[in-house]
Amino acid sequence: MLQYRWLWPTMMMILILSSLLSVSVGPVSMSLMDSLSAVFNWATQQSIGNLAPHEQLVVSNVRLPRTLLALTVGAILAQCGAVMQGLFRNPLADPGIIGVSSGAALGAAICIVLFPDVGSFMISLGAFLCGLATTLIVYRLASNGLGTSVVLLLLSGVAIAALAGAGIGVLTYLANDMALRDLTLWQMGSIAGAQWQYVGLCLLVLVLLSWRFQRDAMALNALLLGEAEARHLGIDVDRLKLRLILLCALGVGVSVAATGIIGFIGLVVPHLVRMILGPDHKRLLPMSALLGAALLALADIGARAFLPPAELPVGLVTALIGAPFFIFLLLQQRSKLI
Amino acid sequence: MAMSLSAAPVAKQHFERTQLTVDRLSYAIGDKAVLNNIRVQFKPGSVTALLGPNGAGKSTLLKALCQEIPTAQGSIKLGHCQLVDWPRAELAKSLAVLPQHASLTFPFTVDEVVAMGLYPLTLSQKEGQQLVTKWLAEVGVLHLARRSYPTLSGGEKQRVQLARVLTQLSQSPFPPILLLDEPTSALDLAQQHKVLALAKNLAHKHAYTVIVVLHDLNQAARYSDRVIVLKQGQIVSEGTPNDALSIDIIRQVWDYEPEFIPAPQGGYPLIF
Repeated sequence: MLQYRWLWPTMMMILILSSLLSVSVGPVSMSLMDSLSAVFNWATQQSIGNLAPHEQLVVSNVRLPRTLLALTVGAILAQCGAVMQGLFRNPLADPGIIGVSSGAALGAAICIVLFPDVGSFMISLGAFLCGLATTLIVYRLASNGLGTSVVLLLLSGVAIAALAGAGIGVLTYLANDMALRDLTLWQMGSIAGAQWQYVGLCLLVLVLLSWRFQRDAMALNALLLGEAEARHLGIDVDRLKLRLILLCALGVGVSVAATGIIGFIGLVVPHLVRMILGPDHKRLLPMSALLGAALLALADIGARAFLPPAELPVGLVTALIGAPFFIFLLLQQRSKLI
Repeated sequence: MAMSLSAAPVAKQHFERTQLTVDRLSYAIGDKAVLNNIRVQFKPGSVTALLGPNGAGKSTLLKALCQEIPTAQGSIKLGHCQLVDWPRAELAKSLAVLPQHASLTFPFTVDEVVAMGLYPLTLSQKEGQQLVTKWLAEVGVLHLARRSYPTLSGGEKQRVQLARVLTQLSQSPFPPILLLDEPTSALDLAQQHKVLALAKNLAHKHAYTVIVVLHDLNQAARYSDRVIVLKQGQIVSEGTPNDALSIDIIRQVWDYEPEFIPAPQGGYPLIF
């Protein structure tokens, strides 16, 4: 793909620019240079530039973790979306749409409300386990040997989301005020409360996911031919599927634990990348990671800049972009669905 | 058709080491025996056609050979080793299946689809690309290389899949086994003959073991070295097309009164 060589550097530039923008935009107004020196100070433990202590604090404790979390979660969700679409052999699979995010959110909510003192790790674990259970249930409901039915997939998503929503609803009655605020935030998806511990956890998961997904990229391509065909090519299809489901559940679980339900990144991003680079997972996955990171960072900037000083939950922003896109895809697929 | 395979044909005395042998294979769905005590050997360097009416078990036999269904009763050996005991990745280099239909949800290009056949191989990217180009040309779809696979016609898809399957077999350490499940069903007349001629050429020039499920008896008579006629899960006739496709067998198996023109010297019979 010679003619697309420019694409990777361009994407990297977009990513870097959106990160810089994300670090310098917010209620405390700071120049780009000041924000950059604050980042430099944070990284090297020095104090260059002429920064007020609160400015340094805003950058290193609020904006920097927030930016990094947006980047990592965006990259995780976009890759998980791409892998799920390959796994389900279905372009409409997305962690949010098929209910995996809702399941993970229920897991996180159970941990928050019933065990108020557990830390980020246990909340992530709860989200992962419930996300995993949801993925398995949806997969079972919607698939046969030949692939998955779009209709069944979406309906299972609706059913699971309704169930998880009801579960979270019950939990809100049990919750105290503190947990209630958390829960509300979770359902909408927000990166505002980014904590460093989640940044570390998400980064770790992102590295694991990207490495393993890339190793399975060729197998994922072959899986699109059909399960029998993939087997004939020497692929251990059952193990591949199980591994990918586990990894997707892990990615979505940790993302949901860190930021709540942020929908549509996993749907929109792989689609855009496929339009430009084609469906080969070797290229699709890394490019989706970059674009997903940039898109979520930009959406988060949008969430901050829309009605300052108030902030929109970033999940609302991605839904505003993603839902029309989803409708557009449905229109495109209408002839196949009916 | 010009052929240049890296693996030279192996000397005849080594053939039995890599022969596909089916012994007392039975398979049942519920109470119904789909395959009943099948014993057959497939020889390298020959084309074997599996024939029979619908439900005779020919597709099931093919599925058993590519391990899509379990072999609970009986055995299938490749060389001295049970097929199930072969390491999956090794077997994939030497045994490939052309599916009857292969659809793709996503718009892969034709050369990307053929490159999926490189999965079990160990090749540099450049070598892989050369192999893909070679097989695209061999099957006669090189001009489609940059087209999007889902936009192709059924026959074009079939030939692209054939190129993929042949790519998969390029690194086989011994003459490979090629299973074709009704390869001509989506093709027009000229293409049907081209595909079968290619299969025959692979068998005769490069010692491939070709096993093909066919419906058309004339195609089987013309392109296969041996036919196996199945009825209700049992082999009722086996041998060269001349011997095994007699008018009595056709009456008995298909329950149909054919127009039958016996084979001239060294030729094959015509059946209508």
